[in-house]
Amino acid sequence: MKIAGDDVPLIGITDLSVGFTTRAGVVAPVLRNIGLVVRRGETVGLVGESGSGKSTLALVAMGYLKAGLRVLGGGVRFAGQDMLAGDGVAAIRGGRLALIPQNAGQALTPTIRIGAQIAEALRLHSTLPRADHAARVVELLARVRLPTPGALVTRYPHELSGGQQQRVAIAMALAGEPEALLLDEPTTGLDVTTQAHVLELLRDLAASSGMAMVYVSHDLGAVARVCARVAVMYAGEIVAEGSARQILRTPSHPYARGLIAAIPVLGEARLPVPLDGRPPAPGAVGEGCSFAPRCGLAEAGCLTARGALVPAPGGGVVRCRRADAAVRLPMRRDGALRLALEFDGGGGVLGLDAIAVSYARRSLWDQITRAPRDAAPVVDGITLTLRPGETIGLVGESGSGKSTILKSIAGLIGPLRGSIDLAGVALAPRVAQRDVGVLRRVQLIFQNPDESLNPRQTIAEILAQPLGLYFGLSGAALRARSIELLAQVRLGGHYLDRLPAQLSGGEKQRVAVARAFAADPDVVLCDEVTSALDVSVQAAVLGLLDDLRRERRTACIFVSHDLGVVRALADRVVVLYQGRICESGPADAVYGLPSHPYTEALLGAVLEPDPDHAPRLLAADIVEHGPPARGCAFQNRCHRRLGGICATDAPPAHEIGDGHVIRCHIPPATLAAAQAAP
Amino acid sequence: MGVLRRMLARPSGAIGFAFVLLHLAAAVLSPWLVPYEATAIDAALMFAPPDAAHWLGTDQLGRDILTRTMLGGREALLVTLIATPLAVGWGALVGIHLGLAGGRLDDVLMRVVDAVLALPWILKMLVIIVTFGAGVTVLVPTLAFFYGVPVIRVARAATLGVVARDFISAARARGHRPGAIVRRELLPNVLDALMVEGAMRWSWMLLAFSSLSFLGFGVAPPTPDWGLMIADSRSFMAIAPWAAMAPVLALSTLIIGINFVADALAKAVGLDRALNAPH
Amino acid sequence: MLRLVLNRLLLGLVTVALASAIIFGAVEALPGDACVAVLQRDAVGQRLANCRHDLGLDRPALTRYLGWAAGAVQGDLGVSAGSGRPIAALLGERLRNTLLLAGLTLAVGVPLALLLGVLGGLRRDGALDIVLSTGGILAMTIPEFVSATVLIFVFSIWLGWVPGIVVAAPGAPLADFFPGIVLPVAVLTMVMTAHILRTIRSSVIEVMASDFVRMAVLKGVPYARIVWRHALPSALLPAINVIALTIAWLLGGVVVVEKVFNYPGLGRFMIDSITERDLPVVQALALLVASVYVGVNLAADLLTLLLDPRLRTHRAGG
Repeated sequence: MKIAGDDVPLIGITDLSVGFTTRAGVVAPVLRNIGLVVRRGETVGLVGESGSGKSTLALVAMGYLKAGLRVLGGGVRFAGQDMLAGDGVAAIRGGRLALIPQNAGQALTPTIRIGAQIAEALRLHSTLPRADHAARVVELLARVRLPTPGALVTRYPHELSGGQQQRVAIAMALAGEPEALLLDEPTTGLDVTTQAHVLELLRDLAASSGMAMVYVSHDLGAVARVCARVAVMYAGEIVAEGSARQILRTPSHPYARGLIAAIPVLGEARLPVPLDGRPPAPGAVGEGCSFAPRCGLAEAGCLTARGALVPAPGGGVVRCRRADAAVRLPMRRDGALRLALEFDGGGGVLGLDAIAVSYARRSLWDQITRAPRDAAPVVDGITLTLRPGETIGLVGESGSGKSTILKSIAGLIGPLRGSIDLAGVALAPRVAQRDVGVLRRVQLIFQNPDESLNPRQTIAEILAQPLGLYFGLSGAALRARSIELLAQVRLGGHYLDRLPAQLSGGEKQRVAVARAFAADPDVVLCDEVTSALDVSVQAAVLGLLDDLRRERRTACIFVSHDLGVVRALADRVVVLYQGRICESGPADAVYGLPSHPYTEALLGAVLEPDPDHAPRLLAADIVEHGPPARGCAFQNRCHRRLGGICATDAPPAHEIGDGHVIRCHIPPATLAAAQAAP
Repeated sequence: MGVLRRMLARPSGAIGFAFVLLHLAAAVLSPWLVPYEATAIDAALMFAPPDAAHWLGTDQLGRDILTRTMLGGREALLVTLIATPLAVGWGALVGIHLGLAGGRLDDVLMRVVDAVLALPWILKMLVIIVTFGAGVTVLVPTLAFFYGVPVIRVARAATLGVVARDFISAARARGHRPGAIVRRELLPNVLDALMVEGAMRWSWMLLAFSSLSFLGFGVAPPTPDWGLMIADSRSFMAIAPWAAMAPVLALSTLIIGINFVADALAKAVGLDRALNAPH
Repeated sequence: MLRLVLNRLLLGLVTVALASAIIFGAVEALPGDACVAVLQRDAVGQRLANCRHDLGLDRPALTRYLGWAAGAVQGDLGVSAGSGRPIAALLGERLRNTLLLAGLTLAVGVPLALLLGVLGGLRRDGALDIVLSTGGILAMTIPEFVSATVLIFVFSIWLGWVPGIVVAAPGAPLADFFPGIVLPVAVLTMVMTAHILRTIRSSVIEVMASDFVRMAVLKGVPYARIVWRHALPSALLPAINVIALTIAWLLGGVVVVEKVFNYPGLGRFMIDSITERDLPVVQALALLVASVYVGVNLAADLLTLLLDPRLRTHRAGG
């Protein structure tokens, strides 16, 4: 094996450009003049939003080009070996240079047992004698902290949870004892508590093995936790590079600053600062600075000449002519503090009383054998009251039942038990039984606008649905009202004739917001409305929602897995685990102490874009597929579990004051004392 | 009309479309174009090989093969062109309804669909034809009925794929009536699948129609029909091979044309036609 | 898992029962019955009544259906109205012949389809793939009697290599079917190969574009091993259901080919029994074919369940 001297970088990318040829025959670059050097043992973060080219760059580093792409210039070397040459590349891939993919669930071969997949990597890249492979596989599984590694060997990938699949992918990458790991969004899609565990594992591996890491992510918090050096990508080029501290604390590129300012702050009820505009389509960049069209500091020169990477005022290098001015742009804690709403003493606009929902469907066989009905419904005992103009945040990880609750309010799923009322009048359980006038008052906004907007309808037709149904608008009146609605979500009237596919993700979600507000609703139900969006776009949609509900005093139930996003918008917060309420109360109280152990674990696992912030790993890292039939829903993962009582009795609701309720067998005072201790 | 343009942009789509158009034109115009009477028997001209007077020769009764071939697809096209939209129509109606409604009705009716599909097609067709004859008025409803049954499955599957999407949930939650949801939200999204299915049903129906003729259960002699002509000429293949060639080519080009169109159409709308099954 | 299998079995039985009821009802609705068909012009007055009484046709339809179904379950399909022989024996001969034809077709066609489908899918849009895709459409769509006619003309009349017709009685020894069986097998193979090939090709293309194949490439796995070990086990699963449909088609619908080549299988038996109004035989045939259809599809579902680890094992967290 050829050992490169210290002078040869482990990964050396020089002036690399990659692109594709459009149907019109034009060469469109996806990566432009990338220069990146990774030395032994270094941890480098590649940060950017969707379409920035960061994943393409990571794959090119392995000598792999996605279909249709070709190298336009420059080179990639791994320890001196040309990765674009073809010869000898396969021996390096998966061995000295290994990839950890974004979605391990899809990247592991579904028909091969986990043990065999890792053993395959050993066979290809390890010098270990064949006889020792089986033992080594178990060792690797143990090294990525998987429980019962011996038993996992014979499992298939789909039998594992997302976090476990990701660990298997890491174990597979480690099999060849790599000198460098490429990590392509390795924790995206994982729950926040699982993500924190996986990141700690990666940090420890980097520290203990001396492996170099290239960590590709849109998440500045994850990068801050793992990487010493960070490169920020925008529209296929590196716009800033420096130490993690330089980039995160004193970024001198306007885009990097904007990106950081757009991240919600956990500690305060503050709206993040949005970045206006949208990034150029891949390949569609002109002569000047690619960020200039969105940049508040852009001057005439920015539009004509693309800058070179120059030393930045805050350290590192930056591709910006106005870097000196950029360091004075607003940062993360400069967003507007959200104003608390005044509530009149009146009753609630929406009330849920002990709602339970079950998805269990009985097959023909179940009916014949009279199998018992669902004993532990996915959602149970949900009681809450929404006041006019108020925003309640429903927080929880996947499987917490938060979306299910919204669907049952909207009447899409009939609840198993319990009742819902709208301003004191009982709502029929299903949509079909509800009056159109009642339906108008409750509107739903979905997570992914690609799914919630009919791809075959123009924006005009989409907006015409509620306007026609609820207000009977047509013709010129309909068009005028539609333009008015688009203006409210800051889109021009010319969007009316477009199809959703012609809009960006953020624009589509604004149309979805406009469609909901077209009904002039009393209550808007928001289901993870920003989680499909990039962080800069998310900030804009959050600001828009806050403006709209403020202007119209629309009450809102805002469902999210992201505690920062909920903090930015919610007056009150309800924390859910496995379809049961753990804690509820005013946002300040829920985000403060004392906390339910699950809230404590969630808050502890949140990552901050700050190199000095360390998450606390509290909850056991296991995945549950359903609530337990008895006792506390959180009993199996709780780090403060008392014992038998947690498994047998439903936890009591302790009211601490001002509507702050914690459902736990541990008294709030005891919790407060334990949590205040360092 | 972007779909049509994308379909014609593929060589197979363009060729198929040309074949189909040619056949449709021939079917409409042939009565004015044919050189001879289709049923004119000329004992002196039995098995005449192709020459200037009879470009494609004559058959065992001395009838002009070009004339009979040009006219031989008319009844098949007439029957299938009426029966196909009917089959796709009723099948889609039921399938979409089942996909939307789900539940007990869906469970029961899909079993019935399965049961009908489990029976051999020839038995189903013949039971009707033997009883009521093989006239157009019998064949159209029979083909439309039996070839609509598999459409139920396709329409239901397409519907289930769309119904699970959020824009349908959104329309439901807004409170639109089911009819409006089907018309405005669902249909535009399953139309592609139904169009491809329609083209394929048409080709399977033509196949069934000419197979019935070939077996002697379809068009009655002396009416010219490709299936019948092929069956008749088989006995004389050793002495007059040309008699079979013309109808063989005519029937093949039509069916291949339709299938090329269906294939190009499926690719143009991004469906995988290989996953559809016949009958 | 067991419950899933039992549920499928139950649904299969319901389907067969429904199919048998439909065919019984349809035959029932036909004008005339077995006695009318047998007695023909004598089917009047006392003779007709006696015949109906002998065959039990004067009992209510439901009673007769239940009696027939009960008999069928025990393997007693009744007696042919035409020949008076037990239907089970008549059916047995034809079924044997059809199984021979289908078996040979499958033995040739399935390996061919697998090979060509995989090659076409791996070299998507290559020369071979284009030839196969286009040829596949031709083979699949040209009517069987057309391709049979062409093959007979070329190989039997022109070249004189193989006979264009099978001359064997239904009960003849299997050796008698050779070499006449070659052309019918060729015609059927063309059609079925095309169907299976197209499915496999699509599925191979889809799997080769999947994340896990890309991951295997980036893991340094050699190409041949990626294809064999990573891609094909997933890519070939959809073929199971198509092969099942093909088997059902071969066992129940190759009427035209049997007619063309004078092959004494189930298809010709079907036509003959309908033209002769031998309704007990029609019913028995319909039941047999429907059972095969349901049975084969059920077997394919269960086989997929067994071979696909994603379906076989439950999701277990931990």
